[in-house]
Amino acid sequence: MIMTMVQAINQALSQEMARDDRYLILGEDVGRDGGVFRVTEGLVDKFGPGRVIDTPLAESAGVGAAVGMTALGLRPIVEIQFMGFIYPAFNQIVSHVARLRNRTRGRFPVPLTIRTPYGAGVKALEHHSESTEALFCHIPGLTVVVPSNAYDAKGLLIASLRSEDPVIFLEPTKLYRADKQDVPEEPYEVPLGQAKIVREGKDLTIIAWGAMIPVALKAAEKAAAEGLSAEVVDLRTLSPMDRETMVASVKKTGRAIVLHEAPKTCGLGAEIAALIGERALLSLAAPVLRVTAPDITVPLSKREDYYYPSPERLLRAIHEIMEF
Amino acid sequence: MIERFDPLKGERLQILDVAGEVRAGLEPAIDRESLRRMYLHMATARAADTKALKLQRQGRLGTFASSRGHEACQVGVASAMQGPDWLFPYFRDLGMYITLGYPLQDYFHYWMGNEVGLRTPEGLNVYPLAIPVASQILHAVGAGMAANYRKLKIAVVTTFGDGATSEGDFHEAMNFAGVFKTPNVFVCYNNQFAISVPRSRQTASATIAQKAFAYGFRGVQVDGNDILAVYAATKEAAETARSGGGPILIEAYTYRMGDHTTSDDASRYRTKDAVLEWEKKDPIIRFQLYLKKKGQWDEAYEKEVQDRASEAVEKAVEAAEARPPAAVEDLFAFTYAAMTPNLKEQLASLDAYLKGAAR
Repeated sequence: MIMTMVQAINQALSQEMARDDRYLILGEDVGRDGGVFRVTEGLVDKFGPGRVIDTPLAESAGVGAAVGMTALGLRPIVEIQFMGFIYPAFNQIVSHVARLRNRTRGRFPVPLTIRTPYGAGVKALEHHSESTEALFCHIPGLTVVVPSNAYDAKGLLIASLRSEDPVIFLEPTKLYRADKQDVPEEPYEVPLGQAKIVREGKDLTIIAWGAMIPVALKAAEKAAAEGLSAEVVDLRTLSPMDRETMVASVKKTGRAIVLHEAPKTCGLGAEIAALIGERALLSLAAPVLRVTAPDITVPLSKREDYYYPSPERLLRAIHEIMEF
Repeated sequence: MIERFDPLKGERLQILDVAGEVRAGLEPAIDRESLRRMYLHMATARAADTKALKLQRQGRLGTFASSRGHEACQVGVASAMQGPDWLFPYFRDLGMYITLGYPLQDYFHYWMGNEVGLRTPEGLNVYPLAIPVASQILHAVGAGMAANYRKLKIAVVTTFGDGATSEGDFHEAMNFAGVFKTPNVFVCYNNQFAISVPRSRQTASATIAQKAFAYGFRGVQVDGNDILAVYAATKEAAETARSGGGPILIEAYTYRMGDHTTSDDASRYRTKDAVLEWEKKDPIIRFQLYLKKKGQWDEAYEKEVQDRASEAVEKAVEAAEARPPAAVEDLFAFTYAAMTPNLKEQLASLDAYLKGAAR
């Protein structure tokens, strides 16, 4: 069926909840309102307010209560309304969600999923454009997932819900309804920890995820018109990362650009550049480049475009790396 | 009974006074066997606590948070719990572990620096103790929501100190509990100090118990050095929880007799006299006087209790010290359900280094 990413995520939630009563949803406005992006639309009618729970407005409590639910064998799904509002829950995520399996030597794993829309590019209000995935990738025990299209969104979310580990599932706001795709009706998993080459090429590798994938593909298209062949790797799972796919691609092309909409310093691009340095140094024809947001606070909507990496900026980097 | 003691009117539930006399009409019906078990648990908790402090000074145990003075709170609450109930403890709950049958050697394992001590035995509903203050209260509320969802008739108990009531998580937890009518028993050990900061600097409200009313449920203040008061209040609260009556907040008014932890020096912020005043209210002595008046305590029985307590402690310490520290694999193996390729490499690298094979 042709559907948007929002519909694909909704279908994944609905199908898994129908299959297994250990799943329930906690969040602000997830019930009658169906979520501010309508991701949970209709689920309260299907599963009732006891399983699609409108909570008081408290992120730490949403995640903290979900932790307690896992003690009794449930697999809660927490919606944080925007990534910019996840920080009140940071203590619960870092101090408990990520650590409990280890500190109890496997006795109390925390199989919960925290979904949250992230990212800029939609002219949203202040605090509604965060892309702070690196904060979570730094924490051992968490799995961090970012889909870039409807098909992957459904499959990655089902895989996340079935995972025995806690997952931070980041949904690119900009892509929620940007495109439609043919998504199979039946449930399926897109395996966690596996990147995907979404465009093959031989001259350079662009590594990106989420809302940056369409940017990367557009730039690759423009480069192709100039006779440059760019390969695009969609990382899909940011932690644990699929290092093999990235490194194999860079070894093949000899050049790598990491593209992300988060600020540059200590962003995931730094980790990826270091990894390539460790594993593919002698294959490199040029230093690894990073095309990212600058190290500034996300500007309000009027100047958001200065912040958000564009295909044109990426194309400049492509020229730079090819001319090195 | 809880309803008869209104914290807003300054009423505090006390059943045993300092001399071990019972307040008329309030004595809970506890059989002789159970009373003796409670006394043994208190004595064991005190003995284990004293031992842990000694081991710490000898370098055989790490930084330790003493439970001295909290025995009535801990044993009283845990004695009112039933098998299917859950506990989400904080880090000063030694007497609860002993009462609930958590292996004492595992308790020592943890404080000696081995995570395996937090691996609760199967069938025991004790979540690992929480160090980040107040964070565990939310876990208890979530477990309570899960119990409601699964229609389980259980009480979910959580403990925390007076300092925890200043944290946002305390507010969020109380608020959720009121809204979702969770089967929680919230037990605040108001021991007058959060490390050095006195209770008066944590909140301007006259009692902690009264905060419950603002969340739409009852709170009660009890004498935390009176095991019968703690037991009776918890029993009623747990029964209320199990029968769908929602949460209750119990403030157990007590005193932290020791330093905050072995890294603390309480003489910097409180007088010896204040501590001596509270020595007179020792919860174990008070219970002992009560048992004596009932004809259930004499010197011979005391010796038997002390012998059993110290035997249990010595055995636990021996077992804990006999266990080798965690293998290097154990540090990696429980980060995720399955070890990631990245972790496998890092483990191999550390392992090779440790074996002297690294460059």
